[in-house]
Amino acid sequence: MKTEEKAQRGEPDEPALPKRRGLNEFALKFATVNGTGSASANNLILRSIFRMGVPVSGKNLFPSNIQGLPTWYEIRVSGEGNTSRAAEFDLMVAMNGQTYASDVAAVSPGGYLLYDSSWPLPKLLLRPEINFLGIPLAKLIGEIFSDSRQRILMKNIAYAGAVAALVGIDQEVILELLSERFGSRKSLFDANREALQLGFDYAESHFACPLPFRLETMAGNDGKILIDGNTATAMGCLYAGATVAAWYPITPATSVAEKFRSLCERYRRVEETTANGAREIRNNFLILQAEDELAAIGMVIGASWAGARAFTSTSGPGISLMNEQIGLAYYTEIPAVIVDVQRAGPSTGMPTRVQQADIMACAYASHGDTKHLLLFPADPKECFEMAVLSFDLAERFQTPVMLLSDLDIGMNDWVIPRLEWDDSYRPDRGRVLGPAELEQIEEFFRYDDADAEFVTPRTLPGFSERGAYFTRGSGHDRFGRYTEDAEGYQQVVDRLAAKHRAASAHMPPPVVKRHPGARFAVITVGSCESAVIEAIGYFAARDLQLDYLRVRGFPFSSEISSFIEDHERCFVVEQNRDAQLRSLLILEAGAPAGNLVPILSYGGLPLTAVQVIEGIETAWKDEA
Amino acid sequence: MTSISKPRIPLATLPANEIGLTVRDYEGAMSTLCAGCGHDSVTAALVRSLFELSIPPHRIVKMSGIGCSSKTPTYFASGAHGFNSVHGRMAPIAAGANAANRSSIHIGISGDGDSLSIGAGHLVHAIRRNVRMLYVIENNGVYGLTKGQFSASADVGSTAKHGEANEVAPIDPVQLALSLGATFVARGFSGDKAQLVPILKAALEHRGFALVDVISPCVQFNNHVGSTKSYHYVRDHELKEIEQDFVPPMRETAARLPHGGTIVVTLPDGGRIRFGTLPEEYDPRDRGAALHYAAQAQQRGEIPTGVLFVDEGTRDIHELNSTPDEPLISLPFEALCPGADALARFQDGFQ
Repeated sequence: MKTEEKAQRGEPDEPALPKRRGLNEFALKFATVNGTGSASANNLILRSIFRMGVPVSGKNLFPSNIQGLPTWYEIRVSGEGNTSRAAEFDLMVAMNGQTYASDVAAVSPGGYLLYDSSWPLPKLLLRPEINFLGIPLAKLIGEIFSDSRQRILMKNIAYAGAVAALVGIDQEVILELLSERFGSRKSLFDANREALQLGFDYAESHFACPLPFRLETMAGNDGKILIDGNTATAMGCLYAGATVAAWYPITPATSVAEKFRSLCERYRRVEETTANGAREIRNNFLILQAEDELAAIGMVIGASWAGARAFTSTSGPGISLMNEQIGLAYYTEIPAVIVDVQRAGPSTGMPTRVQQADIMACAYASHGDTKHLLLFPADPKECFEMAVLSFDLAERFQTPVMLLSDLDIGMNDWVIPRLEWDDSYRPDRGRVLGPAELEQIEEFFRYDDADAEFVTPRTLPGFSERGAYFTRGSGHDRFGRYTEDAEGYQQVVDRLAAKHRAASAHMPPPVVKRHPGARFAVITVGSCESAVIEAIGYFAARDLQLDYLRVRGFPFSSEISSFIEDHERCFVVEQNRDAQLRSLLILEAGAPAGNLVPILSYGGLPLTAVQVIEGIETAWKDEA
Repeated sequence: MTSISKPRIPLATLPANEIGLTVRDYEGAMSTLCAGCGHDSVTAALVRSLFELSIPPHRIVKMSGIGCSSKTPTYFASGAHGFNSVHGRMAPIAAGANAANRSSIHIGISGDGDSLSIGAGHLVHAIRRNVRMLYVIENNGVYGLTKGQFSASADVGSTAKHGEANEVAPIDPVQLALSLGATFVARGFSGDKAQLVPILKAALEHRGFALVDVISPCVQFNNHVGSTKSYHYVRDHELKEIEQDFVPPMRETAARLPHGGTIVVTLPDGGRIRFGTLPEEYDPRDRGAALHYAAQAQQRGEIPTGVLFVDEGTRDIHELNSTPDEPLISLPFEALCPGADALARFQDGFQ
């Protein structure tokens, strides 16, 4: 509930969240211009804090632009582990004159703003309740470095040095990171160290360092890594044994395919010496940068049909383009793994902003009666695990599987437990009949002989005439023959519906936290998790226990239906305008609409706990 | 309907090829295309080519999109896997299948609507990628399955069923392919099997993307392919008789094209096509000359046939990507998954 409203009603002024500012509890924000190299300085700070063992998250709020527009980077530090996006900022590093006004306004009362005092800050921006820290960065850097490009880059490293002094980043840790980054290139390392020291020393000698909120080394990140979701997804595709990838560049999914390529070059490239002594490279993979998303999904379908594990990675606009062929794969029962790193729609929308707005479009993608298998990772660890699972499900159920990541998970760095791998894992290739098995049966029919999960055997081209059949997206009966006959057609599509239901037993179970006697619950999905958990903690501290369920797959399991039945009200928290998860729960989990209260965030920035708390409080007030 | 199987009459006298199969072993289901359709002649030429090359049917992969032409994979090589996909998307699906299993022999059958309109973007990129496959365009300048709309290969001046003339420039797949760097470009006529079979065989042997444009007149809705303003149709009143449920039987148009020179072929509805064959001194290894020749022939209102261009020296999709000689699908999982230790080491870089 908004503070002003409470004040108006004479209620005590109580902040939305308990005041967090303090030891290992604060948030930083960096306002810079994109294309100036600030990302590496910001990453240096994030990684230093991570190395100090303090739970941390970094959110990159960047424009859909290459160079010259405002960009922000947010770092939330929380010893308690609340690393969803911060709602307010304690230290603003304001390095972009274009955005001074909004950056000054974004600092929480009592907070600090660090700016480049080579030029004066306009007087009218001054706020008495925040502290202004000026460093003549451009002037100081200009005195040391002569090259204009180097001046821009080193100014960033200098502000990183100042921040290190202000919040108490261990100098040894930050220098260690610099040396890892520039190890072999001594001149670069020396220049960076000099700039870092410059900022550090200036802050130390001019300001009361460290500030009242600061870092202290702890052991919160033991056994953890700092990684982005797209890298983890690519790693999952590599480990699942995908050999063919087809894609078309699109923000924020591009790095999935690019990482997959670099991982393949690292782990799947064999160098051989030929008979005449020449060195030859052999790539145990084939990555196709397609002419568009229609081609990308077509290539995946063709490769999967021929027996390869194949995937594509895309975002909402790509899903729209792929729709016709997603229906083809569904109806002809061809595996296809589609990674959708969701961004804000509709249309081109906001390519560099996050949403979870493709849920409905993916659940029923393509014309005609279709239903697909969806997986919803909440962090990079689940991106890795669910990427592997996607291939097993796609091949077991011979159908498209969509992995619905999002921009926040995919492109930001997350602290997660180390990824694990079981060397005994072997791919679930589903029902594939080889030449020997085909010899055992009288005649092979592609869509006949369904198993208990309504899956029929398939054959791969290239092995046996006995397994030959004609794949067709046109009407077909269980023998695979063209049909326009009602019964023959319905028999196949009814089995497809049953197969979809059967898959629910193989989807990852929801994450559930129950408290005895709790009447209310929060249901959420994907990257909302950390903000929702923090909000639940806020209500628990006020003696209101909320149960928790995070959906991880579609079709929904019966556990989800019974969870909804067990509660008077479920608040459904998601990042889209139309409450798509809620709609899907009503349609497919038999949930009564009145029991599901939508809590929505769709402005394109990662969800904050304050949004969840205010949403629930407002909904509560409306009910009461 | 592909459910209608073709009766197999064993004939002891049929000759066998190198792997002991007869031409019957390369046939497929009964054609459901209109009687006399040029596409069926292309199918027959394909059957003959595959038989003569002694290709084991299970190694063949038949791909198509949507349209009359795209139905034809059902009518040959019933011992091969076939994939009748969606309109215009055959090329990427074939590229994916080829990426997964390079040991299969991929044959794509398409039409002018499938390849030059809805799927034109994919055709050009399949050419650029040099996906190793035989890509046949059964080109009739018309949308047959939807009963008579112009396709992108319809000539300026040709008329549609209600007499309206086409006024937009046609796409010539041969010139298109040549300009994109295609490594094998040929054109045939469905009515001349004697010329078409060697073209198809050469294309099947080609180590890259082999485009074969086959002029295959539609006997029902249009045969103004290759027509120019100098030829007049006498078909208006005939077309008016064609109702949706009445398809008059037609005889297939056949003609033996001469070596060198031109021949005018008259189609059932009176339309005429002037075919040209390549002169003896023609050098199919010269891309620039091939383009020039094709453009000049077009200006003369003549359709050059034969193997117009071949480049055997280029690398196909697999060679460009340095994939192994064996198909990717045959690689054991152990060769693909780096394992737990590698994952642990990888993550040391994320601390």
